[in-house]
Amino acid sequence: MSNILTCDALSKSFGSVVVADSISFSIEKGEAVGIIGPNGAGKTSLFNLITGTLQPTSGQVHFKAQDITPKNSATRCRAGIARSFQIPQPFAGMSVYENVLVAATHGASLKPQQAQATCIDALEQTGLLARVNDLAGSLTLLERKRLELTRALASNPSLLLLDEIAGGLTDKECQSLIETIQSIRATGVTIVWIEHVVHALLAVVERLIVLDFGKIIADGEPNTVINSQVVRENYMGIAADA
Amino acid sequence: MVWVNSILQGVLLGGLYALFAAGLSLIFGIMRLVNIAHGDLIVLAAFLGLVVTSSLDIHPLASLVVVVPAMALLGYLLQYLLLNRTMSDDILPPLLVTFGLSVILQNVMLETFSADPQKMNTGALDTASITVGALHIGVLPLLMFAVAIAVIAGLQWLFYHTAIGRAFRATSDNADIAQLMGLNKKHVFSLAMALSLAVVAIAGIFLGTKTSFDPSSGPARLIFGFEAVIIGGLGNLWGTLFGGIILGVAQGIGAQIHPGLQQLAGHLVFLILLAIRPNGLFPRVAH
Ligand SMILES: Nc1ncnc2c1ncn2[C@@H]1O[C@H](COP(=O)(O)OP(=O)(O)O)[C@@H](O)[C@H]1O
Ligand SMILES: [Mg+2]
Repeated sequence: MSNILTCDALSKSFGSVVVADSISFSIEKGEAVGIIGPNGAGKTSLFNLITGTLQPTSGQVHFKAQDITPKNSATRCRAGIARSFQIPQPFAGMSVYENVLVAATHGASLKPQQAQATCIDALEQTGLLARVNDLAGSLTLLERKRLELTRALASNPSLLLLDEIAGGLTDKECQSLIETIQSIRATGVTIVWIEHVVHALLAVVERLIVLDFGKIIADGEPNTVINSQVVRENYMGIAADA
Repeated sequence: MVWVNSILQGVLLGGLYALFAAGLSLIFGIMRLVNIAHGDLIVLAAFLGLVVTSSLDIHPLASLVVVVPAMALLGYLLQYLLLNRTMSDDILPPLLVTFGLSVILQNVMLETFSADPQKMNTGALDTASITVGALHIGVLPLLMFAVAIAVIAGLQWLFYHTAIGRAFRATSDNADIAQLMGLNKKHVFSLAMALSLAVVAIAGIFLGTKTSFDPSSGPARLIFGFEAVIIGGLGNLWGTLFGGIILGVAQGIGAQIHPGLQQLAGHLVFLILLAIRPNGLFPRVAH
């Protein structure tokens, strides 16, 4: 199988805080991988390193067999890496449609006609079609999370990074989000999903990585990982209340 | 009738002030950059127009064909090579750099063109006027006003109906997120400065055809531009046009009362409006 993403000894510190401590792993094309870990473990920072928002202190990021470490985040987006944010960050002064259109036009480099079709597809997939003309700033939390997802999809990614997208949702909202993510996965997009809501994660992923203090402490089949000694000791006490 | 006439002249002059202001407003809106060299760039464009007009022996307004793209290119390079290096969450460093740029531009223009006031001759346009009742309206000020409206309508259309306009608005909203949607902010910022200086080019040519200018004329144009932007409300281009008109009318009425009061009247109206409406008359709706 071919790897789509490889992190090679990625390290990053902010002063004395080590957020990534020689992190190495590979993700295969089409895989769905979950990442869990206590707050402050460095999960979001890892996404920042992959998208280029953060530059590593040392180590490399390879995407589709290319070293993308020196590339800026705009280039990485156009190459096929998209993400959603833990705290949704829509362009509040623009309509939902315009938000998505920016991603389709500049992230996926599409001509107006194709961009429009891509936007409609993405909006349909995430169930936001009814809100296209509303200001993004007026959306509810669930809708904002869906907009994060829609924008990411419209940039036509081959790798989709989701950061706690199910956090703060009701069970019913969470369930419908899971279905949306499953349908995205079915189209062949590789997914890496950070989530505290473990049952949501387990409904989608086939592999689980556990981060703690910037280190990978477990990586493998989800149930095996969750039942392993090291994870029970370091993490499950926190996950139980998530 | 004298009063009606001076109000009308003020309205038309407001178009020129709106042209001074539009480029200033645009880059502040997109990248929170306060360009202290804006007025000097307007004067530079006027000198450029003068050089093009006399060396190619063409009409001053025809020089726009050369001056607009030249200034746009200068804007792109200025932002890309210099100002982008100073951009961060802190608005002070780019402000200081443009202040330095202002001083440099004034000195270079003084070296190159001397301190003599210059003016571009538009031939028959200089004196052409249309008569409505007892009013004589100059064709050149009328043209200037029409161009100001066209420029603002054009910018408005660009912002709301084109891909590059959406890129500007997305970057203005959150440059880091826009970057993650594939928009390279250094490029977007540079395009914004190019657009700003394209408008500056138009403002400079009209300035040079309307009044005489010299290398030290810039700072006063910057002040008029600032006042128009603030009166109209930051980030609202039609408001900027209205701000320019208020400024022009205030100056016209001031001059009618006493010739020495022209500039003072404009500044006073600005200060009064700032005191009662600190966010301007038409602030961009908060969201
Ligand atoms: N820009 C930053 N500057 C300084 N410290 C940071 C920065 N970003 C994150 N951190 C710190 O790095 C650690 C990991 O943060 P983060 O990656 O957000 O964790 P997680 O997403 O796993 O909760 C935290 O202690 C956080 O305070
Ligand atoms: Mg996080």
